[in-house]
Amino acid sequence: MLALDVQQLTKTYKGGFQALKGIDLTVEEGDFFALLGPNGAGKSTFIGILSSLVNKSSGRVSVFGHDLDRDPERVKSCIGLVPQEFNFNLFLPVFEVVLNQAGYYGIPRREAKVRAERYLRQLDLWDRRDTEMRRLSGGLKRRLMIARALVHQPRLLILDEPTAGVDIEIRRSMWSFLRELNAEGTTIILTTHYLEEAESLCRNIAIIQHGELVERSTMGALLGKLHTETFVLNLKGQVSELPELGGFVLQHLDDCTLEVEMNRDHTINGLFEALSRNGIEVISLRNKQNRLERLFLDMVERRPADEGV
Amino acid sequence: MAETYRYWITFQTILTKEILRFSRIWVQTILPSVITTTLYFVIFGRLIGERIGEMDGVAYLEFIVPGLALMSVITNAYSNVVSSFYSSKFSRYIEELLVSPAPNWVILAGYVAGGAARGMVVGVAVMVVAMLFTDIEVHSYGVTLLVFLMTAVLFALGGFINAVYANSFDDISIIPTFVLTPLTYLGGVFYSIELLPEFWQGVSMANPVLYMVNAFRYGLLGISDIPLGVAFAMIAAFIVALAAYSLHLLRRGIGIKN
Repeated sequence: MLALDVQQLTKTYKGGFQALKGIDLTVEEGDFFALLGPNGAGKSTFIGILSSLVNKSSGRVSVFGHDLDRDPERVKSCIGLVPQEFNFNLFLPVFEVVLNQAGYYGIPRREAKVRAERYLRQLDLWDRRDTEMRRLSGGLKRRLMIARALVHQPRLLILDEPTAGVDIEIRRSMWSFLRELNAEGTTIILTTHYLEEAESLCRNIAIIQHGELVERSTMGALLGKLHTETFVLNLKGQVSELPELGGFVLQHLDDCTLEVEMNRDHTINGLFEALSRNGIEVISLRNKQNRLERLFLDMVERRPADEGV
Repeated sequence: MAETYRYWITFQTILTKEILRFSRIWVQTILPSVITTTLYFVIFGRLIGERIGEMDGVAYLEFIVPGLALMSVITNAYSNVVSSFYSSKFSRYIEELLVSPAPNWVILAGYVAGGAARGMVVGVAVMVVAMLFTDIEVHSYGVTLLVFLMTAVLFALGGFINAVYANSFDDISIIPTFVLTPLTYLGGVFYSIELLPEFWQGVSMANPVLYMVNAFRYGLLGISDIPLGVAFAMIAAFIVALAAYSLHLLRRGIGIKN
């Protein structure tokens, strides 16, 4: 079953700015889906329309078979939204924020308390339940937005840059929580500027630019389009002269660090063998750039701003 | 049935949130009106009122009680909704409601009921203070309560519309200062319109507050410049018109979407 079916979705704001230019997109139930694009590409408008915060100009949106125009209440019941910007009453305590949200969805108080406690515990916020929102750190607020979005147990969770400004420890714990949630059956759509986050979590991906869909594929197929990869090698000793290695382009970063660009036809094993033959020992290696990030930048840079207008 | 129950929970949630909001800051929301009205009673009722004597056959102090009580209801019902709804727009937590399946009429009913609740609480407090200064015997409890409630609802709706259009905190104080206060003071709170020249009596008839003050005065004292039926019809007509307009604004998402 399709969790999301969007056809010819357009949005033109007052003043004539066309934020979406006929988007067609489907997301399967149970998917963990990345929706990427540069700033101003139309991602937030797209999410705003799905969650009824923005009125669309034309097109059709269906969520788990419910049409947004004909049955908006059912569509809203299916969706949980974690917005990009904090949108809390700063003077309310944490527990009350989640309880109120449950109430807006028509969940009786007793049940709401049980659910609020469950999600606050899962996101390590239970000890802060009586703390006013304004006293929470940015990372805790981000986690609370997830708890709030889950309290009505949505089938589709939309996360608009959920880890923006969050430290790496909290980010990793949020990733782990989201993976579990997805494994339990919740469909997740994620927008993020941390492309390693999308690569790590998502199975399918779409890229929006200038209000148009420029890519829709599986993560594996997209990464397969990368023809070369660049690694940074930390060496055991100093190397003053670089050897000629067929198929590999070597460059000095400093005496103990090399950058190697290799074609996808070659392997890391082949690289190590060639380096060994030349007496170069490697302590560690890392990707110079995240693979998805490199593809993303290639795609975005290939399409100038006025293309397709 | 399940749907109705869900709507009821949503309504309860908004109403409870609103009541808790003004209760937590009662020193800012409830006490000022009580103190101001007490001063009105002391100055206009006792000190100046004794020199004025009677108006429409009752002591001046008793004559101004209904208007002062209703003035508190109007101001508080209006300001509760305008400040609460505008704050929710300003800090964007109105989005919590907009993404939920709550229908527009339930959202409106919740906010208006919250405003009406504050108006009623302050109105009752002012009446209690009034009883300390006067020996009013209520002429009709039914009419008194109905006017109290309808006035609170009407001005809560007015506050909602103001909040929808407001783009800054300045915008939520302009209407109360330049429209609401003059209408209230010129609505026969301190005088009978029969004291005015004929032309100004006609002009006063266009002021909706006049109908409320007179209907309330009838409920408390049994006297009114306006026929009771006309007063209720006017208040009801204003409520229907403002409610319809508020729902139109919510449906179009004016001031809150995009």
